[in-house]
Formats: sequence, C-alpha cells, structure tokens
Amino acid sequence: MIERETDILIIGSGAGGGTVAAELVPLAKSGVRVLVLEQGARFAPSEMTGQELEMARALYADDGGFLTAQGTMSLAFARAYGGSTLVYTGTSLVVPKRVIDHWNVTGLTHADLAQRSAKYLAQNNVHQLTPDLLNENNTLFVKGCDAAGFHAEQFPVNLRGCKGSSLCNLGCPNGAKMGTHAVQLPFAERNGVQVVTRAEVRTMEDRAVTVRVREKAAGEKGAPGEWAAGEYRVRAKIIVCAGGSIGTPALLLRSGFGARLPALGAGFTCHPAHILVAEHARAITNDVGHPKSFYLDRAEAEGYVLETCMYFPFITAKNLTGFGAPHSALMRAFPRLQMILVLACDRAVSGNRITVNADGEPVVHYEFTPQVVESLVRATRASARIFFAAGALRVHAPSADPPLIEAADAARADALIDARHFRTGTISISAAHLMGGAVMGADARASVTDAWGRVHGVPWLRIADASLFPDSLEINPYVTIMACADRVAEGVRGDAPALLAA
Amino acid sequence: MPDAVLAPVRDIFRAIATTVVPEAAAFDAAAWSEAERLIESALDVRPAGVRRQIQMFIRVIEWLPVVRFGRRFTALDAARRTRVLQALQSSPLLLLRRGLWGLRTLAFIGYYARPAARAEIGYRADARGWEARR
Repeated sequence: MIERETDILIIGSGAGGGTVAAELVPLAKSGVRVLVLEQGARFAPSEMTGQELEMARALYADDGGFLTAQGTMSLAFARAYGGSTLVYTGTSLVVPKRVIDHWNVTGLTHADLAQRSAKYLAQNNVHQLTPDLLNENNTLFVKGCDAAGFHAEQFPVNLRGCKGSSLCNLGCPNGAKMGTHAVQLPFAERNGVQVVTRAEVRTMEDRAVTVRVREKAAGEKGAPGEWAAGEYRVRAKIIVCAGGSIGTPALLLRSGFGARLPALGAGFTCHPAHILVAEHARAITNDVGHPKSFYLDRAEAEGYVLETCMYFPFITAKNLTGFGAPHSALMRAFPRLQMILVLACDRAVSGNRITVNADGEPVVHYEFTPQVVESLVRATRASARIFFAAGALRVHAPSADPPLIEAADAARADALIDARHFRTGTISISAAHLMGGAVMGADARASVTDAWGRVHGVPWLRIADASLFPDSLEINPYVTIMACADRVAEGVRGDAPALLAA
Repeated sequence: MPDAVLAPVRDIFRAIATTVVPEAAAFDAAAWSEAERLIESALDVRPAGVRRQIQMFIRVIEWLPVVRFGRRFTALDAARRTRVLQALQSSPLLLLRRGLWGLRTLAFIGYYARPAARAEIGYRADARGWEARR
C-alpha cells in the first residue's frame, strides 16, 4: 500500500467535486494541498466518436445500463474527468422556489441557491440557442405545444461553439459543452489543485481513504492516470465526498458509516423517464442540431416535465416497446421521427434507497409508486396531444395497448393511454437525474448532513453532490448541485483553519 | 475474458434475434459474427450470475413451446415464434417480462449498434453537425 498525504481531499470531479475544487483555489494558492480523485479518465473531444457502445463503455458506469435491484429501470451516470457534466445536454435551470420551500431544510434558502446558481450560469456561458440552430425535432415540439394549449419554454444551455452534432450524451466531439471538465477543473488545476484520474476510492476511515488506481488498458480510451497503478492510502485533514448519489452513499456504507448515520442511503429519487416517439409524413431535421432545446414544465400542476430529445439507433430501438415487424417499421422511419422525453417528478419514499452488496458494490432499490405511474401516464397523454397537434401520423406510446396510436384515433388517445398498460419489464424506463442517499437536514436520525454538507458528528467529512437533495428537484439538477457545492466549499474555507490545524 | 454467453446457444439466440429484428434473417456469416461480437462485448461487464441467467433463459425459450406447439422454438415458423415471445412479453410474471426485455435488448445491440445499421435506417448524425448538412 502506497501512502500519500494531502490537506483537503475531494472525491469525484463532476458538478459537485469540480465546483468545490475551483472554489478551494484561494486555499490552494495559500499553500493548502488540495487533491481531487476521479474514478474515470480524462477524455479529449477527438475521442468522442459518436459510436454508441464504444462511448457508453468509455464514459458510463455499467455501459450506461446500471440496473436497479428490481431490474425495471436503468440508471445512467458517467465516470470521467468532469463526471456526468461531460455527457449531459447542458440544460441549465435554476431550481424553483417551491421546491426549496418543500425541502424545508433548516438553513437553506432559495434566495441563496438562486444567487449561487447565477454565478455558475455566467461561468458556464449559459444562454439560449439562436433560432437558426434549432432543428425541426425542437420546433415541432413548440408548434405542437402551442396548438395543444401548452407553453413550451426554451432551455438555457451551457454551450460554447456548438456545431449541432446532436451527440451530447455520447460526449461532445467538438468540446462545446461547458461542464466542470471544461471550466472549473482546468481553472483549479491551473491554480494549484491536483487532479488524479483513474483513481477509485474504495473505503474511508478516520481522515483517510484507500484508493485503487487503474492502469490504462491497451486500446482503452482516455489519458493514462497521473499516478502509477496500484493500491494507495491517502490521508487528509478534510474530505469532501462528491461521487454522486450512488457513489457517495455506497462509499460511506461500505466504510461502516451506516451505523452512526441511520439515514444513509435513504431518500433516493431520480425523475424516472421514458422516450416517446412520433412519425411524421416527411423527413425532419432530428439527428442534427442540439437535441434538447425546449421543455414543458408541468411539475407543479401534474408531476411531470416533457423535454425534447433525440437518441441514437440502439437506444431508440431499446426504448420502443415490442419487437418484430412493427418495431422495425418505426426504426426504419428514423428520419421522420420526433421524440419527447417524459420525466416523472418522483417523491422520496421509504424503500427507495441505496444499499451495498456483500462486495461493497452499490445496489439501488426502486419501486414505481402509483403517483409516478400516473405522472408518466399523464405526461404520455400530453405528449400524444403535442405530437398530433404538430402533425404526426402516428404516436408510439408505451403505456397504450397496442402502443401505436394512429392520427385517426388521436381523439381517443387519452383513453388508449392508461396506467393499466404500464407494465414494468415491458416499458424501458431510465433515469439520469440521480438524487438523494445522503440528504441534508437538521435531524441526525433523518438526514446525513446539515445544510452546508457537514456530515452529522463527523466534522472533517463533507458531502457536495446530488445525494444531498432531500427530495426530487423537478428540474435538470446540475446547476443546483453546483450551487450546493459552492456552499460546501464556502463552509470548508471557513472551517479550514481549525480543521487543518487539528 | 469470460466464456462466451451465446456460443453454446447460438442457434436458439439467432432464432430469437430474427424474431425480434426480422431484417437480421438476411445477415450473412460476417454480419452475425459482428453482431455477436458486439453482444458479447456488452455482456463482458455483466456479473457471471447474470450471464448464466441469460444463457438459461435462452434455453428456456427453446423448450417452452413444446408444451403449446409440440415443437422447440427453433423448429417453429416465424409466426409461432412471434407468439411465443409475445406471450413472454405480456406474462403476469415480472421475471419472464424482464427476461424477454433483456434478450430483445441484446438483439437490438447486435442489429442497431452495427455501424451499417445507421445507414440502413437513415440515421446521419455527424460530428460536424449543421456543417455536414448545409
């Protein structure tokens, strides 16, 4: 075991860890040693080939197909320098006040998060794309919403020099996405923060972690790691966990923290989602241009959000229900397809939680509540109205039987789409907004940290990722993760003199 | 490298795959080889227990139709193969629905993750984005 020592250790380099790294630059400049350990590798835009399996293998945990214990939902989260900020579409929203009011975390206000969010919107070049860059998959959504009586809103996105490859979720081949890999981490590294990739933190003890550094395999994508392959023990005076909603609880659980933190692993939410597809009479621009430019926010009123999306051949095939000739016919209509992603705003409920198995690997337990199923069904009905209002010939709705609804039956779509047809194991449900598992709160029996990410009873340990969220965020989460991480970094800066002297 | 999942059940899997994606029936030996390489690559990262379950489920599908049709899956015509898989897809047992969902996912990997499939379905995404179209 190779021994290493630092002052402040950050585990993970995504929206949370990357933000903390950048915000601790003042300490690094004053001579404090700040080290970031990232499980994934560094990737160059030139390595982003747009090939589905190849990129899923390189960028995502379990190739993007991490399954829940029930086997009814797959979870997508990245392992890379920049974490999931490397593979999202860059949609950048500020959390609504009602969500933070509902969270009701002592010491956490919406005004504070909004102010910090604004800082990151500016840092990450967040703006709306100009009309000439919008494809028909997006403009048809707006047209359909208008005609169906809904109000679509345009996503602000954190892009710089977007060429419209449409390949965002497989890593931008043009380096246009302003995630932590492009903004906060390079800034931190230029100013004295050390980032070590291919370094998986396996266990944690009192102010120390064990780390497994992987060698780059022959033919594997990504840069080699900064440390030689091997087993390390890294001591630190302050540790900030930012491994995400699965990684952080799993690390703490397999390290034995569950005994003193009974809420560890609880409160997992994820915005369960599935893809809806409609076929038009003519080819539309769908596989060129930014894929996710508009959304319809029905979270408050009906518990769902609709977003434009456009996926790749295998992912699309997997997400259509059924098989055989009808499935093939829809796939062969790819140039005429319009897509909508429906997301349910789920609630933290007992039972939906993260545990670890005998090997210490994470296990995510998730059951779809009737409320989630109803939200997805309502969202599907609304999507069908939008598709048909935009001129679609037919709509593929997984919670209809049969799933293909023709335009002639548009008036009956609400009746055809029904919760009784929502059958787990038949509909492909996935989630990429993973939240909770080490939630904030005042009560050490019901939460893991306070409103500043300080772990109850463990002054040297902080959490700075979406695992802090005590309930669903109801929007795309990365800006709020950065805002929360900004608070955590402020707390670390304030507490550092005492903790570093200890 | 773990043992191949498909090799011991290749004929059955191909019968399932061509039912899931009828166009796969036109595959030549090289296309099957490419498809199965992609599938095996995807299965490499799965635990040994899951790989065994997949193999076992493929064998279950081979023998299941004997009860109903008096023939194994590979001996059925296309219409009857479709009926067998549809019965699994609509089964009241989540285990069977999940099993079929997993197998159809593998079949889709084998067909749609091939670079050639992009052109076959008219998918044209390009790193150059708009520049490639205008």
